[in-house]
Amino acid sequence: MNVAVTGLNAVDTPGPGVPVVRCLKESQDFKGNVVGLAYDALEPGILDSNLLSSAYLLPYPSVGPQSLLERIRFIHERERVDAIIPTLDAELLNFIQIQKELSALNIHLLLPTEESLLRRSKTNLPKFAKEFGFKTPKTSLVTDPYKLNISEKDLPIFVKGIFYEAYLAYSMDDVSRYVQKISARWGYPVLLQEYIEGEEFNSATVGHEGNALGIVCMKKLVLTDKGKGWACVTIKNDGLISLTQKIIASLKWRGPIEVEVILSKKDHQFYLIELNPRFPAWIYLAKAAQINLPLISLQLALGEKWNDTSDYKTGVVFSNYTTNLITDLTRIQTLFTTGEIHYEKAL
Amino acid sequence: MQVAILHRICGVIFMLPNLNRLKELAISETGLIFDPSTGSIFTANATGVQILMALKEEKDTAQIKEALMNEFEVNENTVEMDIQDFLTQLSTSGFVKS
Repeated sequence: MNVAVTGLNAVDTPGPGVPVVRCLKESQDFKGNVVGLAYDALEPGILDSNLLSSAYLLPYPSVGPQSLLERIRFIHERERVDAIIPTLDAELLNFIQIQKELSALNIHLLLPTEESLLRRSKTNLPKFAKEFGFKTPKTSLVTDPYKLNISEKDLPIFVKGIFYEAYLAYSMDDVSRYVQKISARWGYPVLLQEYIEGEEFNSATVGHEGNALGIVCMKKLVLTDKGKGWACVTIKNDGLISLTQKIIASLKWRGPIEVEVILSKKDHQFYLIELNPRFPAWIYLAKAAQINLPLISLQLALGEKWNDTSDYKTGVVFSNYTTNLITDLTRIQTLFTTGEIHYEKAL
Repeated sequence: MQVAILHRICGVIFMLPNLNRLKELAISETGLIFDPSTGSIFTANATGVQILMALKEEKDTAQIKEALMNEFEVNENTVEMDIQDFLTQLSTSGFVKS
Protein backbone atom coordinates (compact mmCIF):
# COMPACT_ATOMS: atom_id res chain seq x y z
CA MET A 1 0.00 0.00 0.00
CA ASN A 2 1.42 3.36 -1.03
CA VAL A 3 -0.38 6.54 -0.04
CA ALA A 4 0.71 9.96 -1.26
CA VAL A 5 0.10 13.03 0.92
CA THR A 6 0.54 16.73 0.12
CA GLY A 7 0.88 19.80 2.36
CA LEU A 8 4.14 18.86 4.09
CA ASN A 9 5.08 22.47 4.74
CA ALA A 10 5.63 22.07 8.48
CA VAL A 11 6.53 25.73 9.05
CA ASP A 12 5.36 28.28 11.64
CA THR A 13 1.81 28.03 10.26
CA PRO A 14 1.99 24.33 9.42
CA GLY A 15 0.22 22.56 6.62
CA PRO A 16 -1.91 19.50 7.46
CA GLY A 17 0.34 17.00 5.63
CA VAL A 18 2.69 15.96 8.43
CA PRO A 19 -0.14 15.45 10.98
CA VAL A 20 -2.05 13.41 8.37
CA VAL A 21 0.99 11.20 7.78
CA ARG A 22 1.48 10.74 11.53
CA CYS A 23 -2.17 9.70 11.91
CA LEU A 24 -1.74 7.05 9.23
CA LYS A 25 1.64 5.73 10.30
CA GLU A 26 0.69 5.43 13.96
CA SER A 27 -2.40 3.39 13.17
CA GLN A 28 -2.23 -0.38 13.50
CA ASP A 29 -4.70 -0.58 10.62
CA PHE A 30 -2.32 1.12 8.21
CA LYS A 31 0.31 -1.07 6.65
CA GLY A 32 2.17 0.70 3.94
CA ASN A 33 4.42 3.51 2.82
CA VAL A 34 3.75 7.21 2.53
CA VAL A 35 4.99 9.16 -0.47
CA GLY A 36 5.39 12.90 0.13
CA LEU A 37 4.20 15.34 -2.52
CA ALA A 38 5.52 18.89 -2.23
CA TYR A 39 5.63 22.14 -4.16
CA ASP A 40 9.00 23.24 -2.82
CA ALA A 41 12.23 21.39 -2.14
CA LEU A 42 12.47 23.16 1.21
CA GLU A 43 9.14 21.97 2.62
CA PRO A 44 10.48 20.52 5.89
CA GLY A 45 8.19 17.48 5.96
CA ILE A 46 9.75 15.93 2.86
CA LEU A 47 13.16 15.85 4.54
CA ASP A 48 11.89 13.53 7.28
CA SER A 49 12.89 9.98 6.38
CA ASN A 50 11.04 8.63 9.42
CA LEU A 51 7.73 9.76 7.93
CA LEU A 52 8.15 9.10 4.22
CA SER A 53 9.48 6.41 1.97
CA SER A 54 10.05 8.93 -0.82
CA ALA A 55 9.04 12.43 -1.88
CA TYR A 56 8.40 14.16 -5.19
CA LEU A 57 7.98 17.75 -6.22
CA LEU A 58 4.75 18.74 -7.98
CA PRO A 59 4.14 21.62 -10.40
CA TYR A 60 2.53 24.63 -8.70
CA PRO A 61 -1.30 24.50 -8.68
CA SER A 62 -1.45 27.60 -10.92
CA VAL A 63 0.12 25.55 -13.76
CA GLY A 64 -3.12 23.58 -14.03
CA PRO A 65 -4.50 20.03 -13.88
CA GLN A 66 -2.80 18.55 -16.94
CA SER A 67 0.71 19.16 -15.63
CA LEU A 68 -0.33 17.68 -12.30
CA LEU A 69 -1.71 14.60 -14.07
CA GLU A 70 1.50 14.10 -16.05
CA ARG A 71 3.59 14.41 -12.93
CA ILE A 72 1.43 11.94 -11.00
CA ARG A 73 1.60 9.46 -13.90
CA PHE A 74 5.38 9.69 -13.68
CA ILE A 75 5.32 9.14 -9.89
CA HIS A 76 2.82 6.30 -10.24
CA GLU A 77 5.09 4.43 -12.64
CA ARG A 78 7.76 4.40 -9.96
CA GLU A 79 5.74 4.09 -6.79
CA ARG A 80 2.40 2.42 -7.69
CA VAL A 81 0.38 4.90 -5.70
CA ASP A 82 -2.88 3.44 -4.33
CA ALA A 83 -4.35 6.63 -2.92
CA ILE A 84 -3.67 10.34 -2.62
CA ILE A 85 -4.74 12.57 0.27
CA PRO A 86 -4.53 16.20 -0.88
CA THR A 87 -4.46 18.62 2.06
CA LEU A 88 -4.18 22.08 0.50
CA ASP A 89 -7.05 24.35 -0.58
CA ALA A 90 -5.31 25.66 -3.69
CA GLU A 91 -4.66 22.24 -5.23
CA LEU A 92 -8.08 20.65 -4.73
CA LEU A 93 -9.74 21.86 -7.91
CA ASN A 94 -6.88 20.41 -9.98
CA PHE A 95 -7.22 17.05 -8.24
CA ILE A 96 -10.99 17.04 -8.76
CA GLN A 97 -10.51 17.75 -12.45
CA ILE A 98 -8.15 14.80 -12.97
CA GLN A 99 -9.94 12.40 -10.65
CA LYS A 100 -11.33 10.26 -13.49
CA GLU A 101 -7.91 9.79 -15.05
CA LEU A 102 -6.43 8.96 -11.65
CA SER A 103 -9.20 6.49 -11.00
CA ALA A 104 -8.38 4.80 -14.31
CA LEU A 105 -4.84 4.38 -12.99
CA ASN A 106 -6.28 2.80 -9.81
CA ILE A 107 -5.32 5.83 -7.75
CA HIS A 108 -8.10 6.55 -5.27
CA LEU A 109 -9.08 9.88 -3.74
CA LEU A 110 -11.91 10.99 -1.49
CA LEU A 111 -12.89 14.35 -2.95
CA PRO A 112 -15.97 16.57 -3.07
CA THR A 113 -17.57 17.44 -6.37
CA GLU A 114 -16.46 20.64 -8.06
CA GLU A 115 -19.91 22.09 -7.33
CA SER A 116 -19.64 21.35 -3.58
CA LEU A 117 -16.12 22.73 -3.46
CA LEU A 118 -17.16 26.02 -5.04
CA ARG A 119 -20.34 26.39 -2.98
CA ARG A 120 -18.36 26.51 0.27
CA SER A 121 -15.62 28.79 -1.06
CA LYS A 122 -14.99 31.99 0.87
CA THR A 123 -16.59 34.04 -1.87
CA ASN A 124 -19.74 31.88 -2.04
CA LEU A 125 -20.09 31.19 1.69
CA PRO A 126 -22.61 34.02 2.37
CA LYS A 127 -24.85 32.74 -0.45
CA PHE A 128 -24.60 29.14 0.73
CA ALA A 129 -25.30 30.18 4.35
CA LYS A 130 -28.34 32.20 3.32
CA GLU A 131 -29.74 29.36 1.23
CA PHE A 132 -29.58 26.87 4.10
CA GLY A 133 -30.27 29.22 7.02
CA PHE A 134 -26.81 29.30 8.58
CA LYS A 135 -25.57 32.53 10.10
CA THR A 136 -22.37 34.01 8.69
CA PRO A 137 -20.65 37.39 9.03
CA LYS A 138 -21.43 39.98 6.36
CA THR A 139 -18.78 39.65 3.66
CA SER A 140 -17.91 41.84 0.68
CA LEU A 141 -15.43 41.26 -2.11
CA VAL A 142 -12.71 43.70 -3.11
CA THR A 143 -11.48 43.59 -6.68
CA ASP A 144 -10.17 47.14 -6.83
CA PRO A 145 -8.00 48.51 -3.96
CA TYR A 146 -9.54 51.96 -4.44
CA LYS A 147 -13.12 50.70 -4.05
CA LEU A 148 -13.39 49.20 -0.59
CA ASN A 149 -17.09 50.04 -0.07
CA ILE A 150 -16.80 50.19 3.71
CA SER A 151 -16.64 53.04 6.22
CA GLU A 152 -15.25 53.70 9.71
CA LYS A 153 -18.42 52.27 11.30
CA ASP A 154 -17.62 48.82 9.85
CA LEU A 155 -14.34 48.62 11.79
CA PRO A 156 -12.77 46.47 13.03
CA ILE A 157 -13.04 44.18 10.03
CA PHE A 158 -11.26 41.04 8.82
CA VAL A 159 -9.31 41.25 5.57
CA LYS A 160 -8.90 37.77 4.07
CA GLY A 161 -7.20 36.18 1.09
CA ILE A 162 -9.20 33.89 -1.15
CA PHE A 163 -7.24 30.84 0.02
CA TYR A 164 -5.02 31.90 2.90
CA GLU A 165 -4.13 34.75 5.27
CA ALA A 166 -6.39 36.92 7.38
CA TYR A 167 -5.79 40.13 9.30
CA LEU A 168 -8.00 42.10 11.65
CA ALA A 169 -7.94 45.76 10.55
CA TYR A 170 -8.75 48.50 13.06
CA SER A 171 -8.43 51.51 10.71
CA MET A 172 -9.14 52.30 7.06
CA ASP A 173 -5.38 52.58 6.53
CA ASP A 174 -4.98 49.04 7.90
CA VAL A 175 -7.68 47.80 5.50
CA SER A 176 -5.91 49.32 2.46
CA ARG A 177 -2.54 47.98 3.60
CA TYR A 178 -3.83 44.44 4.17
CA VAL A 179 -5.77 44.41 0.88
CA GLN A 180 -2.57 45.26 -0.99
CA LYS A 181 -0.50 42.79 1.01
CA ILE A 182 -2.92 39.90 0.45
CA SER A 183 -3.66 40.68 -3.21
CA ALA A 184 0.07 40.82 -3.97
CA ARG A 185 0.39 37.25 -2.74
CA TRP A 186 -2.92 35.58 -3.55
CA GLY A 187 -4.52 37.91 -6.11
CA TYR A 188 -8.08 39.25 -6.13
CA PRO A 189 -10.75 39.10 -4.88
CA VAL A 190 -9.83 39.96 -1.32
CA LEU A 191 -12.60 39.51 1.24
CA LEU A 192 -13.75 41.98 3.86
CA GLN A 193 -15.57 40.07 6.58
CA GLU A 194 -17.55 41.50 9.51
CA TYR A 195 -15.84 41.00 12.87
CA ILE A 196 -18.03 38.95 15.22
CA GLU A 197 -17.01 39.22 18.84
CA GLY A 198 -17.10 35.83 20.53
CA GLU A 199 -15.29 32.55 20.99
CA GLU A 200 -13.97 30.51 18.07
CA PHE A 201 -14.70 26.80 17.81
CA ASN A 202 -13.69 24.34 15.11
CA SER A 203 -14.77 20.90 14.05
CA ALA A 204 -13.31 18.36 11.64
CA THR A 205 -15.05 15.46 9.98
CA VAL A 206 -15.16 13.31 6.87
CA GLY A 207 -18.24 13.61 4.69
CA HIS A 208 -19.64 10.41 3.19
CA GLU A 209 -22.99 10.10 1.40
CA GLY A 210 -24.38 13.17 3.15
CA ASN A 211 -23.26 12.02 6.62
CA ALA A 212 -20.54 13.49 8.79
CA LEU A 213 -18.37 10.66 10.09
CA GLY A 214 -16.47 11.00 13.35
CA ILE A 215 -17.00 14.69 14.10
CA VAL A 216 -14.36 16.05 16.48
CA CYS A 217 -14.73 19.55 18.00
CA MET A 218 -12.01 21.67 19.50
CA LYS A 219 -11.41 25.08 20.99
CA LYS A 220 -8.18 27.01 20.55
CA LEU A 221 -6.37 27.69 23.81
CA VAL A 222 -3.33 29.60 22.53
CA LEU A 223 -3.13 31.67 19.35
CA THR A 224 -0.12 32.72 17.30
CA ASP A 225 0.32 36.34 16.24
CA LYS A 226 -1.41 35.31 12.99
CA GLY A 227 -4.45 34.09 14.92
CA LYS A 228 -3.69 30.43 14.24
CA GLY A 229 -4.22 27.84 16.94
CA TRP A 230 -0.98 26.90 18.67
CA ALA A 231 -2.63 24.92 21.44
CA CYS A 232 -6.14 23.44 21.36
CA VAL A 233 -8.39 21.22 23.48
CA THR A 234 -11.05 18.73 22.38
CA ILE A 235 -14.60 19.58 23.43
CA LYS A 236 -18.04 18.12 22.74
CA ASN A 237 -20.49 20.83 21.85
CA ASP A 238 -23.90 19.54 20.77
CA GLY A 239 -24.67 22.75 18.86
CA LEU A 240 -21.47 22.56 16.81
CA ILE A 241 -21.87 18.82 16.17
CA SER A 242 -25.39 19.38 14.90
CA LEU A 243 -24.30 22.34 12.75
CA THR A 244 -21.48 20.26 11.24
CA GLN A 245 -23.91 17.46 10.34
CA LYS A 246 -26.28 19.95 8.68
CA ILE A 247 -23.44 21.51 6.66
CA ILE A 248 -22.26 18.13 5.37
CA ALA A 249 -25.82 17.19 4.40
CA SER A 250 -26.47 20.58 2.74
CA LEU A 251 -23.27 20.45 0.70
CA LYS A 252 -23.53 16.68 0.07
CA TRP A 253 -19.88 16.86 1.04
CA ARG A 254 -17.51 14.02 0.27
CA GLY A 255 -14.13 13.94 1.98
CA PRO A 256 -12.38 15.81 4.77
CA ILE A 257 -13.57 19.24 5.91
CA GLU A 258 -12.96 21.70 8.73
CA VAL A 259 -15.78 23.91 10.03
CA GLU A 260 -14.76 27.20 11.67
CA VAL A 261 -17.38 29.08 13.70
CA ILE A 262 -17.63 31.94 16.16
CA LEU A 263 -20.09 31.69 19.03
CA SER A 264 -21.29 35.29 19.13
CA LYS A 265 -21.06 37.04 22.47
CA LYS A 266 -23.96 39.23 21.39
CA ASP A 267 -26.66 36.74 20.35
CA HIS A 268 -25.12 33.37 21.44
CA GLN A 269 -25.50 31.99 17.90
CA PHE A 270 -22.88 30.18 15.83
CA TYR A 271 -21.58 32.22 12.87
CA LEU A 272 -19.97 30.26 10.09
CA ILE A 273 -16.55 31.76 9.40
CA GLU A 274 -14.95 29.31 6.99
CA LEU A 275 -15.42 25.83 5.59
CA ASN A 276 -11.97 24.51 4.77
CA PRO A 277 -12.16 21.69 2.21
CA ARG A 278 -9.45 19.50 3.73
CA PHE A 279 -8.04 18.27 7.01
CA PRO A 280 -6.95 20.98 9.41
CA ALA A 281 -3.37 21.13 10.69
CA TRP A 282 -4.70 20.14 14.15
CA ILE A 283 -6.01 16.79 12.87
CA TYR A 284 -3.50 14.82 14.97
CA LEU A 285 -5.53 16.01 17.99
CA ALA A 286 -8.59 14.13 16.65
CA LYS A 287 -6.53 10.97 16.42
CA ALA A 288 -5.21 11.53 19.95
CA ALA A 289 -8.84 11.84 21.08
CA GLN A 290 -9.51 8.43 19.43
CA ILE A 291 -10.94 9.33 16.03
CA ASN A 292 -8.43 8.81 13.25
CA LEU A 293 -10.06 10.84 10.49
CA PRO A 294 -7.20 10.53 7.95
CA LEU A 295 -7.41 6.73 8.29
CA ILE A 296 -11.21 6.85 7.84
CA SER A 297 -10.83 8.98 4.70
CA LEU A 298 -8.26 6.55 3.31
CA GLN A 299 -10.51 3.57 4.03
CA LEU A 300 -13.42 5.30 2.29
CA ALA A 301 -11.28 6.29 -0.71
CA LEU A 302 -10.19 2.67 -1.11
CA GLY A 303 -13.76 1.42 -0.72
CA GLU A 304 -12.82 -0.49 2.42
CA LYS A 305 -14.78 -0.87 5.63
CA TRP A 306 -14.09 2.21 7.72
CA ASN A 307 -13.58 2.55 11.46
CA ASP A 308 -17.10 3.73 12.30
CA THR A 309 -16.91 5.66 15.53
CA SER A 310 -18.23 8.92 16.90
CA ASP A 311 -17.11 8.72 20.52
CA TYR A 312 -13.98 10.57 21.53
CA LYS A 313 -12.25 11.96 24.60
CA THR A 314 -12.76 15.56 25.64
CA GLY A 315 -10.09 17.56 27.44
CA VAL A 316 -7.29 16.21 25.23
CA VAL A 317 -4.83 19.04 24.72
CA PHE A 318 -2.62 19.54 21.71
CA SER A 319 0.24 22.00 21.60
CA ASN A 320 2.54 22.69 18.72
CA TYR A 321 6.20 22.88 19.57
CA THR A 322 9.10 23.59 17.32
CA THR A 323 12.10 21.37 17.04
CA ASN A 324 14.97 20.83 14.62
CA LEU A 325 15.29 18.26 11.91
CA ILE A 326 18.89 17.39 11.09
CA THR A 327 19.54 16.23 7.57
CA ASP A 328 22.25 16.13 4.96
CA LEU A 329 22.71 18.81 2.34
CA THR A 330 22.63 16.11 -0.31
CA ARG A 331 18.93 15.54 0.37
CA ILE A 332 18.13 19.13 -0.53
CA GLN A 333 20.50 19.00 -3.52
CA THR A 334 18.82 15.82 -4.74
CA LEU A 335 15.38 17.38 -4.44
CA PHE A 336 16.46 20.55 -6.23
CA THR A 337 18.19 18.76 -9.07
CA THR A 338 15.99 15.69 -9.60
CA GLY A 339 12.68 16.70 -8.00
CA GLU A 340 12.54 13.52 -5.96
CA ILE A 341 14.17 11.73 -3.06
CA HIS A 342 14.05 8.13 -1.83
CA TYR A 343 14.31 6.83 1.70
CA GLU A 344 14.00 3.38 3.16
CA LYS A 345 10.61 1.73 2.63
CA ALA A 346 8.74 0.52 5.69
CA LEU A 347 7.15 -2.36 3.77
CA MET B 1 -37.61 16.85 30.94
CA GLN B 2 -34.87 18.11 33.24
CA VAL B 3 -36.07 19.73 36.48
CA ALA B 4 -34.25 22.89 37.54
CA ILE B 5 -32.84 22.78 41.06
CA LEU B 6 -33.28 25.81 43.31
CA HIS B 7 -31.11 27.04 46.18
CA ARG B 8 -32.12 29.89 48.51
CA ILE B 9 -29.09 31.62 49.99
CA CYS B 10 -29.20 34.92 51.93
CA GLY B 11 -32.66 35.59 50.55
CA VAL B 12 -31.55 35.11 46.93
CA ILE B 13 -32.87 32.23 44.85
CA PHE B 14 -30.34 30.55 42.58
CA MET B 15 -31.46 28.18 39.87
CA LEU B 16 -29.38 25.60 38.01
CA PRO B 17 -30.90 25.76 34.52
CA ASN B 18 -28.55 23.29 32.91
CA LEU B 19 -27.76 20.51 35.35
CA ASN B 20 -26.55 18.14 32.62
CA ARG B 21 -23.83 20.57 31.56
CA LEU B 22 -22.88 21.09 35.19
CA LYS B 23 -22.61 17.35 35.73
CA GLU B 24 -20.23 17.04 32.78
CA LEU B 25 -17.71 19.43 34.32
CA ALA B 26 -14.34 17.82 34.91
CA ILE B 27 -13.10 18.95 38.32
CA SER B 28 -9.57 18.15 39.45
CA GLU B 29 -8.49 17.96 43.08
CA THR B 30 -6.32 21.02 42.55
CA GLY B 31 -9.35 23.10 41.60
CA LEU B 32 -8.91 23.14 37.82
CA ILE B 33 -12.33 22.95 36.17
CA PHE B 34 -12.87 22.09 32.50
CA ASP B 35 -16.18 22.52 30.71
CA PRO B 36 -16.10 19.93 27.88
CA SER B 37 -18.95 21.60 25.97
CA THR B 38 -17.27 25.01 25.63
CA GLY B 39 -13.59 24.33 26.33
CA SER B 40 -13.66 26.91 29.14
CA ILE B 41 -11.12 26.36 31.85
CA PHE B 42 -11.33 28.04 35.24
CA THR B 43 -10.04 27.53 38.73
CA ALA B 44 -11.74 27.41 42.10
CA ASN B 45 -10.50 27.24 45.68
CA ALA B 46 -11.28 24.34 47.98
CA THR B 47 -14.63 25.88 49.00
CA GLY B 48 -15.63 26.37 45.36
CA VAL B 49 -14.67 22.81 44.47
CA GLN B 50 -16.73 21.46 47.35
CA ILE B 51 -19.76 23.56 46.35
CA LEU B 52 -19.47 22.45 42.71
CA MET B 53 -19.18 18.80 43.67
CA ALA B 54 -22.27 19.17 45.86
CA LEU B 55 -24.20 20.85 43.06
CA LYS B 56 -23.23 18.03 40.69
CA GLU B 57 -24.49 15.52 43.25
CA GLU B 58 -27.80 17.45 43.45
CA LYS B 59 -27.44 18.10 47.19
CA ASP B 60 -29.89 20.59 48.64
CA THR B 61 -28.92 23.90 50.24
CA ALA B 62 -28.93 22.58 53.80
CA GLN B 63 -26.69 19.65 52.87
CA ILE B 64 -24.20 21.95 51.13
CA LYS B 65 -24.09 24.31 54.12
CA GLU B 66 -23.62 21.47 56.58
CA ALA B 67 -20.83 19.90 54.54
CA LEU B 68 -18.97 23.21 54.33
CA MET B 69 -19.41 24.00 58.04
CA ASN B 70 -18.02 20.58 58.96
CA GLU B 71 -15.15 20.76 56.48
CA PHE B 72 -13.95 24.28 57.21
CA GLU B 73 -15.19 24.75 60.79
CA VAL B 74 -16.90 28.06 60.12
CA ASN B 75 -20.31 29.42 61.14
CA GLU B 76 -23.48 29.37 59.08
CA ASN B 77 -23.31 33.06 58.10
CA THR B 78 -19.81 32.71 56.65
CA VAL B 79 -20.81 29.60 54.74
CA GLU B 80 -23.91 31.27 53.33
CA MET B 81 -21.88 34.25 52.11
CA ASP B 82 -19.28 31.95 50.53
CA ILE B 83 -21.99 30.00 48.72
CA GLN B 84 -23.69 33.19 47.55
CA ASP B 85 -20.38 34.61 46.26
CA PHE B 86 -19.54 31.43 44.42
CA LEU B 87 -22.98 30.99 42.84
CA THR B 88 -22.90 34.63 41.71
CA GLN B 89 -19.55 33.97 40.01
CA LEU B 90 -20.94 30.81 38.39
CA SER B 91 -23.82 32.81 36.93
CA THR B 92 -21.40 34.55 34.52
CA SER B 93 -20.69 31.17 32.87
CA GLY B 94 -24.35 30.26 32.52
CA PHE B 95 -24.44 27.45 35.07
CA VAL B 96 -26.50 29.41 37.57
CA LYS B 97 -29.28 31.99 37.31
CA SER B 98 -30.22 34.18 40.25
